[in-house]
This record gives sequence, C-alpha cells and structure tokens, in this order.
Amino acid sequence: MKPSPPSLRSQLLTLAALLTLLALTIVLARISLGPLNVAVALAISACKALLVMIVFMRIGEGHPFLRVVAAAGFIWLALLLVLALADVYTRVPLPLP
Amino acid sequence: MSEASATLVAHRAAQFDDAAQQRESSVLGMWLFIATEVLFFGVLFAGYTFSRVRFPQAFADGGARTDLLLGSIETGILLLSSCLAALAVRDVRFGACRAAGRLLWGTAMLGVAFLVLHGVEYHAEYGEALVPGIRYHPSGHPQPAMMIFFCLYYAITGFHSLHVAIGVALLSRMAREASRGAFSADYFAPVEVTALYWHLVDIVWIFVYPLVYLVGRST
Amino acid sequence: MNSSDRAPHPENYLTAGEPGLWSWLRTHDHKRIGILYAVGITFFFFLGGIAATLIRLNLVTPAGTLMSAETYNKAFTLHGVVMVWFFLIPSIPATLGNFLLPLMIGARDVAFPRLNLFSWYLYVGGGLFTIGALLLGGVDTGWTFYTPFSTMFSNTHVVLAVVGVFVVGFSSILTGINFIVTVHTMRAVGMHWFRLPLFVWALYATSLVMVLATPVLAMTLSLIALERLLGVGIFDPALGGDPLLFQHFFWFYSHPAVYIMILPAMGVVSELITCGVRRQIFGYRFMAWSMMAIAVIGFMVWGHHMFVAGQSMYAGIVFSILSFVVAVPSAIKVFNWVATLYKGTIDFHAPMLYALGFVGLFMLGGLTGLFLAATALDVNLTDTYFVVAHFHYIMVGGSVMAYLGGIHFWWPKITGRLYPEGPARFAAILMFFGFNFTFFPQYLLGYLGMPRRYHAYPEPFQWLNVLSSAGASILAVSYLMPLCYLGWSLWRGAPAGTNPWRATGLEWTTPSPPPVHNFPLPPVVNEGPYRYRP
Repeated sequence: MKPSPPSLRSQLLTLAALLTLLALTIVLARISLGPLNVAVALAISACKALLVMIVFMRIGEGHPFLRVVAAAGFIWLALLLVLALADVYTRVPLPLP
Repeated sequence: MSEASATLVAHRAAQFDDAAQQRESSVLGMWLFIATEVLFFGVLFAGYTFSRVRFPQAFADGGARTDLLLGSIETGILLLSSCLAALAVRDVRFGACRAAGRLLWGTAMLGVAFLVLHGVEYHAEYGEALVPGIRYHPSGHPQPAMMIFFCLYYAITGFHSLHVAIGVALLSRMAREASRGAFSADYFAPVEVTALYWHLVDIVWIFVYPLVYLVGRST
Repeated sequence: MNSSDRAPHPENYLTAGEPGLWSWLRTHDHKRIGILYAVGITFFFFLGGIAATLIRLNLVTPAGTLMSAETYNKAFTLHGVVMVWFFLIPSIPATLGNFLLPLMIGARDVAFPRLNLFSWYLYVGGGLFTIGALLLGGVDTGWTFYTPFSTMFSNTHVVLAVVGVFVVGFSSILTGINFIVTVHTMRAVGMHWFRLPLFVWALYATSLVMVLATPVLAMTLSLIALERLLGVGIFDPALGGDPLLFQHFFWFYSHPAVYIMILPAMGVVSELITCGVRRQIFGYRFMAWSMMAIAVIGFMVWGHHMFVAGQSMYAGIVFSILSFVVAVPSAIKVFNWVATLYKGTIDFHAPMLYALGFVGLFMLGGLTGLFLAATALDVNLTDTYFVVAHFHYIMVGGSVMAYLGGIHFWWPKITGRLYPEGPARFAAILMFFGFNFTFFPQYLLGYLGMPRRYHAYPEPFQWLNVLSSAGASILAVSYLMPLCYLGWSLWRGAPAGTNPWRATGLEWTTPSPPPVHNFPLPPVVNEGPYRYRP
C-alpha cells in the first residue's frame, strides 16, 4: 500500500521545467513592467517552489497533515506580512495640535 | 543476518511500535521543522518587503549592484542539486543504496560549489565596499536606505549559506552511510528527511534569488 | 501487580538504570527529562523572584532609594527575561507536559527522546548565557528589547542576553515539534482525538504556537545582535529604518507567547476540576476547539501592544477588534469550567483550590485585557501599572497557580509519595490572598496614572505601592511553603499507590512512580476522558 517511488522521467522533466522558469524569470526581469516585475518574479518563484514541493518532496504522498503543516508555514508568514504592511500603508501623518 | 539488516532491525527505536510509525514520525517532524524555517527566514523577507515598499529606488540601486551571473548560476546549481537529492531518495526506495550514496555525494558537492561561488560574490562585494558595518563606501550617490538593502542581503544570504553548509554536512554523512549499505527499501527515513531539509534550502533560495538579484534590472 | 498498599514501586523510572547524576544527564526517558526541567525552572523561578523582591522593596518608598534608575532597569529586565523565557514558557509543557504526555496517550515515550534531552541542554545552555549577562552587569532594555535603545544606545550585555534567549527558543521549538509528532503518531489503540484528555489538547495547541511563533523571535533577536555588533541594521531611523518594524516582529512572537504560557495552564485546570468535582467536563468539544481557536486567533492580535507606538490608527482598529474576538474562546472555557462545577460535590483538596483560584484570577486578568484592547482606553492605560496588573493576574494568578495545582495533583504519580494536605491547602489559600494584595492595588495605581518601569514615583502613589509590596511578601511565603513541604514529602511522604485521587486518565492506571516504559502492556482505550462514576 505504500506509494511507489517516482519515475526518473518525472524528476528530470521537473528539473527541466525549473531551469526553464529560471531562464524565464531572468528574461522578464530585464523588461520593464513597472510594479508587475516583482509580482511576476514572485509568481514564477512560487511555481518553482510548488514544483519542488510536489515533485521532489512528494508532499502529495503521506498524511494530509503534512500539507497542512507546509501551508501553515506560508500562511503564517503571509499573516505577518499582511498586517505589518497594513500598518505601513495606512499610516497618516498626524496634524499638529 | 547481514550487517546491513542487523543495522535495520537495530534502527527501530524503542519508543516506536513499528518501522512505519517511525518513518511517519520522522517525516512529520522534518516538515514541522521546515515550517519553522519558513517563518525564520520569513522575518527577513518581511523586513525586506517592509523596507522595499518604503524605498523602492534604494532597493533597485542595491539590486543592480549584485552579481546577476553568479546568482543565476547558484540558482541553477541548487535546482540541480535538489533534483539529485530527490533521485537519491528514489534510488534508496528501490533498494539501490550505493547508487543513492553517489547521488548524495553529488548533491553535497553542488552545495559546496554554491558556497564557493557565494564566497566569490562576497569577496567582490568587499572589494566594491558594499559591506555595511565593515567596509561601506558605495560608488555613485545612492540613498542612505540602500544600506538597508545590503544589510538584508548579507543577513539573508548569510543565514542561507549557513543552512547550506549544515545541509552539506548532513548530506555527506548520509552519503557515507549509504555507500556502506546502511539503508534499504524498508529503512530510508534518514535519507528522506535529509533530502527534505535540502529541498527547503533550495526553496528559500528560490525566493531569495528574485528579491536580491532581479531588482532594478529593467532599464 | 497491585501496588496500592506498598511503598513506591521498587522498579520504576527513578530507580532504574545506573545510579548517579550521569545516568540522569544522559537519559532518554521523558519522565526524567521532565524532572530535569523542573529543577531548572524552580531555580529560575526563584532567581526571577529575587529580582521581583528587589523591585517591590525599591517601590516601598517614592524616592526609590534602594537602587538607582539604571539598576532598577536591570532588575525588571532580569525579572521579565527570566520569568517569561526560563520559567513560564517551559514550566508546564516541559515539566508536566514531558512527564505526562506519553502517559496520557498510552505511549512508551515521546517521538524523539534524544531530541527531548537535547532540548533540555539547550534550555540549560540558554540559561547559562543569560546568567552570564547577569553576572557581567545585567541588561537594562526591558525583556522587550525595544530598538533603537537595545541596538544603538544601551551599554549593557544585550548580545549575551539575546543569545541566551535565542538558544532557549530552540529548546521550545524542538519540544513543540516533539509533542506534535507524538500526539499525531503515538496514541494508543482506541485513543481517538476526541478521547484525548484536555491537557493533551492544550499541549498540542501550545506546541503549534511554539512551532509557528518562536522562529520569528529567533530571527528578531538575531537582527538585534547583528545591529549591535556591526553597527547597522534595518531598524535604524537614520537610514530610514523603522523601530516599529522591530515591534511588529517582536510582538508577532511575544503575543502568541503569552498563549504558550496560558494554554497548558488551561489544560491542567480542566484535569483538576473534573477530578475535584468528579464529573465529566461540560462541553468537551468546545473546550478542545476553543484552545485551538485561542492558538490561531492569538496570532492576529499583536498590534495591540503598539497602539500608541506609531502604528497606523486603522491597523490599530483591526487589531483591537481581533483582540476582542480572542477573548471569546477564553470566556467559553471559563463558562464551561463553572458549568462543570454547577451542582457538583466539590472536594477542596489543594489542586482543586489552585484550580478554583485560577478560574477567578484568570477571569479578572482576562476581563482587564478587554479594557486594554479598547484603543481609547489603552491610550491612557498603556505603559501604566494597569497593564502590569493585567498580565500578572493571568500569568501569575493564572499560569503559576495552575502549574502548582498540577504539581500537587500529579506529585503522587511523579514521586510515588503523597504531599501533606494541610500545609498544601494553607499555602494555596495564602497564595490567593497574597496574590490579590500584591496585584489588585496595581490596577488602581495604573488607573491613577502611575507609569510602569519607573524606579521612583510621586508621593501620592505610595500607600498602594506599600500595600502591593506587603502583599508580595505574603506571596513569597506562599511560594516557599511548597518548596518545603513537597521536599519533605520526598523523604517522609506516605506511599501514594496507583491512583490516590481515583482519577480517570491512563496515567493513573500505571504504578506510582511509573516503570521506565510507562505501561507493562500497551493500553487499549475504549472510552472518552473524565468518565467519573458517581
């Protein structure tokens, strides 16, 4: 009942995909997209990270709680970021009394 | 009983009922540790975001002064090493313990290569006087906040390199054990768990890379 | 093997293996590790208590003649650092948790026993760094290490102290990982999640918080050290850095840290109350889920420490609302404890006295938290003694009382001896009164405007300060008493037998003290917890 080890093909194809994404992110960084530059770069990074987690780390195998744990790490970081940025973005200089 | 299977039986620790429970526990334990590392590095990413939002030009200035070529090669090295680590786990699950050992050595060597290249980067940055607190006289007239970029750069890459070094040590140990036939299709949790740690190191870098090397590259 | 009439079971975890300290220092047995921690935290409790004594002695006179302002700063810093990181956070999880978790779930040990021992060494190592900082003259930044004072202006051994806390933080993280894995993978046959004792749920929720919050502290402390050692960093206003960023990072950990301190206490109280009234807990699932809710929502409220620090008003509103929300699951717990007692027959043994004291004092502390969560009130109350009273009601009136209640309740199981009930009840009641004498005046002081962390104060505040210090002396006696009679019981206490409280729970089915591997045969569980028969 144990899941069988992954195929060699899947691992190598993933490596190819990762290297392609790396090339893509370099190319896109050279093009001026304004605020989208950072969004695109991070989106590509997220894809790479997901590929590593799903194909190399086999997060899909094993107990569902593993996926909860992995998600929790990122979600908690997002929480820190969102609320801290909410502070920075909404600061209004107080007028003199 | 061969030496390898004697090690196998001896490896079922007393607190566990069976090998499956032991493996499940090891893997869960490592994933929990990975979550803690996401948050550990996450503080630096949060600090980076907070600061870059306030000083976009200073960060672009700083990012443009990093070595894109070396950084990209380092990224490629880590991605390849991740693949080798995954293949090593795959091999040991098929029972090919010694082949896994060779792949683990390969992973470790790539880790060393990463560290060497990064050392080269640091050396060049020292030469260009971009090391806050030690030697910092950047050329041109960048905003003072560019120093924050470089503080974060050294903090993030420094902690990351420390984790790479630890990973290299762990991988080397696993490689040595594997080449002695210590693992099998029924007992490979240490290899699996070490590989998971290495993938974490890779994932951290996957996010570090665009934030450090791809800022301010578009003209 | 019926041991209820004999002396402590001859072959148990205390007597097993080689005699001598070295076998204890190399142990992998969770029970011995729990005791190793207990020794450490008792030491640190009294160290932090000495600092508190100095503080309260200084505050007897308005001019603050006992010590200079700088020394006073060092005293309250020592008190905070030691009490938070070296006493409260490890207290229940690392002592009672380590000892009881495997027993309560029917396991032979935790998932990673060697890691467990390593966690203890990290605790000791961190403690040594902190004591080192103390011996070299102390630290004066407050336990909160606010920048830019801690990074740029303090002339004390900040780096040594933050290294100590960093190291002990990893002790916390590893314990959390160990506990989570243990609960997931090592429960006995039939021990489903909703058959777990609430203390196990409490440890689980606490462990989640430890694992997710402490790494943030670790990096934050590292950043302080980097900024001090290299002279630059991201919190420096001259560079455009933001001191408030430090506070975001610091409180993102430190607010959940207070839940690390209270959740295990809540778990202990559920065990004590159900046994003391011999009834099923009212609303078991609500009790379990409310602890998980506290753990999760507790991560979303940290900005309430920063209402007047320069945080945006809008962020303040969000944090304020969430701070009100986090009180709801705590309130649910208080209602359920009281409902468990309703029309019950209460046995007022010492653990029950501690548990009842907890409910009352936690309630007062928790309610005053709502005052502080209201931004308009907080503007006036922040950084006054009102805050000091609020958190001491919860941490001391709450957590410490629950810890002592738990120590008394499980003392027979841990040591195989009964403690003397008379002195124990007296100490518990004395503690309740001493505590209120110490800290209730501080609510009044805060409301009247006395700031915290000041070594001297205006004359009109004196009578309340004297009352508080007098109360503290009573409280001190009530803390010393258990040290005496519990110590006495180790030599002269009556043998406990397997289950002197006739309590439910797997830990009470095995001899006192338990054998090395906890159970002669792996238990099989057929029913839920707290099945007290009338």
